[in-house]
Amino acid sequence: MKWDKILKLLGIILVTAVVAVAAVKPLIPGVQWLPFTNLIKQGLDLKGGVHVVLEAMDTPDAPVTADRVKQAMAIIENRVNAFGVAEPVVQMEGSRRIIVELAGIDNPDEAVSNLIKTAYLEFKTEDGKTVLTGRQLKDAVAGINPQTNQAEVNLEFEPDGAKIFADVTAQNVGRQLAIVLDGNVIQAPAIREPIPNGRAQISPYESLDEAQNIAILLRSGSLPVKLEVMEKRTVGPTLGSDSLDKSIKAGIAGLIAILAFMIIYYRVPGLVANLALVIYTLLVLLIFAALHVTMTLPGIAGFLLSLGMAVDANIIIYERLKEEIKSGKTLRSAIDAGFKRAFVAILDSNVTTLIAAAVLYYFGTGPIKGFALTLSIGILASMFTAITMTRWSLHLVAASNLARNPKLYGA
Amino acid sequence: MLSLRERMPFHYVKLRKFWYLISLLLIIPGLISLCSQGLNLGIDFTGGNLLELRFNQAISVEQVREVLGNFGLEGASIQRSEETDFLIRTRELNEEENSRIVQALEDKYGEVTVLRSERVGPVMGRELIFKALGALAAASVLMIIYIAWRFEFKQGLAAVIALLHDVFIVLGAFSVFRFEVDSAFVAAILTIIGYSINDTIVIFDRIRENLLNKKKGEILEDTINVSLWQTLARSINTVLTVVMILVALLLLGGATIQNMVLALLIGVVSGAYSSIFIASPLWFDMKRLEKQPKARAARA
Repeated sequence: MKWDKILKLLGIILVTAVVAVAAVKPLIPGVQWLPFTNLIKQGLDLKGGVHVVLEAMDTPDAPVTADRVKQAMAIIENRVNAFGVAEPVVQMEGSRRIIVELAGIDNPDEAVSNLIKTAYLEFKTEDGKTVLTGRQLKDAVAGINPQTNQAEVNLEFEPDGAKIFADVTAQNVGRQLAIVLDGNVIQAPAIREPIPNGRAQISPYESLDEAQNIAILLRSGSLPVKLEVMEKRTVGPTLGSDSLDKSIKAGIAGLIAILAFMIIYYRVPGLVANLALVIYTLLVLLIFAALHVTMTLPGIAGFLLSLGMAVDANIIIYERLKEEIKSGKTLRSAIDAGFKRAFVAILDSNVTTLIAAAVLYYFGTGPIKGFALTLSIGILASMFTAITMTRWSLHLVAASNLARNPKLYGA
Repeated sequence: MLSLRERMPFHYVKLRKFWYLISLLLIIPGLISLCSQGLNLGIDFTGGNLLELRFNQAISVEQVREVLGNFGLEGASIQRSEETDFLIRTRELNEEENSRIVQALEDKYGEVTVLRSERVGPVMGRELIFKALGALAAASVLMIIYIAWRFEFKQGLAAVIALLHDVFIVLGAFSVFRFEVDSAFVAAILTIIGYSINDTIVIFDRIRENLLNKKKGEILEDTINVSLWQTLARSINTVLTVVMILVALLLLGGATIQNMVLALLIGVVSGAYSSIFIASPLWFDMKRLEKQPKARAARA
């Protein structure tokens, strides 16, 4: 027995165990990043939320231009932020599409319909002339009118708008001024006296919430192009957490089956492979946490699949190892020769799989991209652990004289 | 006792017509089904609506259909996944129709939880098909290039034919059994490609090595045969571990990714088969064809 080698081996196992515990248990109270698997972001299909693809549509008044789409995106961003959703995603796709993802939102349908409202505000005189638009608006705030106890939206105009508003109201005393939102007359109050301070109210609204939504839309400005929903996917929070639980259970079951198989078939190297596999799993989870990878349901499937592929590198090595031992080599030189020969096969086979994953990442969207990403990270990490960790641990085991009988190596 | 790889009970390359026949017997019915009834395309491709609902009491498909009938949706596909869970697929519905249907179900059968609600416009589906075909073509070309660089062009070609074999097996199975095809299925197909080629390359690598060390007078078909027997244990064990994970996912992973996992399972098993029985024998046939004209020329 060589105790220094055994100690090193125990050291590896100990470190692995500590990292494993840190992955799932909140070790130190108050430390935000433990367990570190909490740092892995969950996709909409796991935590619930809505994914919408919006496309800018040409209308006679407003053909789609790059500028208009850019403006529209900025306005959508404003609106999304005003809704107060955590970590929203607003993204351009191509030249006409905007992708919006909102997680953990109570009423996704309403949120989406508010997002794409044009919110074009006009003030029209009785002869139908537009005298003011939302562009001259400085601010819009919802509130409760203390006198009538009704919800209203208070408007404030920019100085030039305020001046126009003062002139218009002065000229039209006794006549109606229509407030038009997206072509619908919301109300048409009669002007009792000139309003010089550039302030106006729209009322009444059924609730303060409704008034607040309108105020948000008016503040964020009107959309310069028409947006249509091309695709909308809503996942309720129940299904999301359900899917997560189920895939974790499936993953654990599959992992245990593999660990058992490796020990039964490959014996001592199987144990080493299992250690490498556990290290691999932790390493990949650490990378996901560090890169803030968003985990989706297909992403989990990709990760679990990469577990199966990670074992493959070990299997290639061990099959080689058996051959080398049988051909009469000593254990240590058999390990080196086995690794050297297996490396080329592992490299070539993994590069081709990476090509497929890269193509998938390039062509895919949403969850599919997540799948390609987890698969790629998995392949790279598996090459690393198989070639470094497995080799090192196997040498340690061989040198420690813990297991000298070639039978223990399945040969 | 001699191990299997030393006894080599049969000759892979000599029996190749038999392997080709097995593959054809599996692929042809699938192709016929693909041509005659196509695939059961989900809303990702066709456009439309999908609603996954959970009731707080057990009700029947007929009861759900009855309510949908009021909206002119008698023909909707209604699937019961659990006692209280339903998957409803319809033509594309607008927001208002969608919420009216949920409301009507709620009025009749009590509280309803919307687990999932998806709407996909028809344009998106067409784009997905083009993207999927583009991805398949791009992946195939890139792999041929890589294999041609690391091995030889004909091996690249044989490997890609083997992976197309797997793609057709999966497509055929999904067509025959009417499993639904969605965007995750596209991801599954591309993963199968990556996996199948991985499997093939390990065998090609062994052939490459054995060709470098081959004894004088050893003919190519014997080198291939020995290489296949040498890598057999690895081929089987590797597919076994992946299958373990996939079966666990299929049984425990829930309904949402079931079709994707099923496609992967069929593809991975087919990939293991084609790597052993199709890719290398096919490469041997290509090599034979390349030699024949020369041999004839020499005789003449």
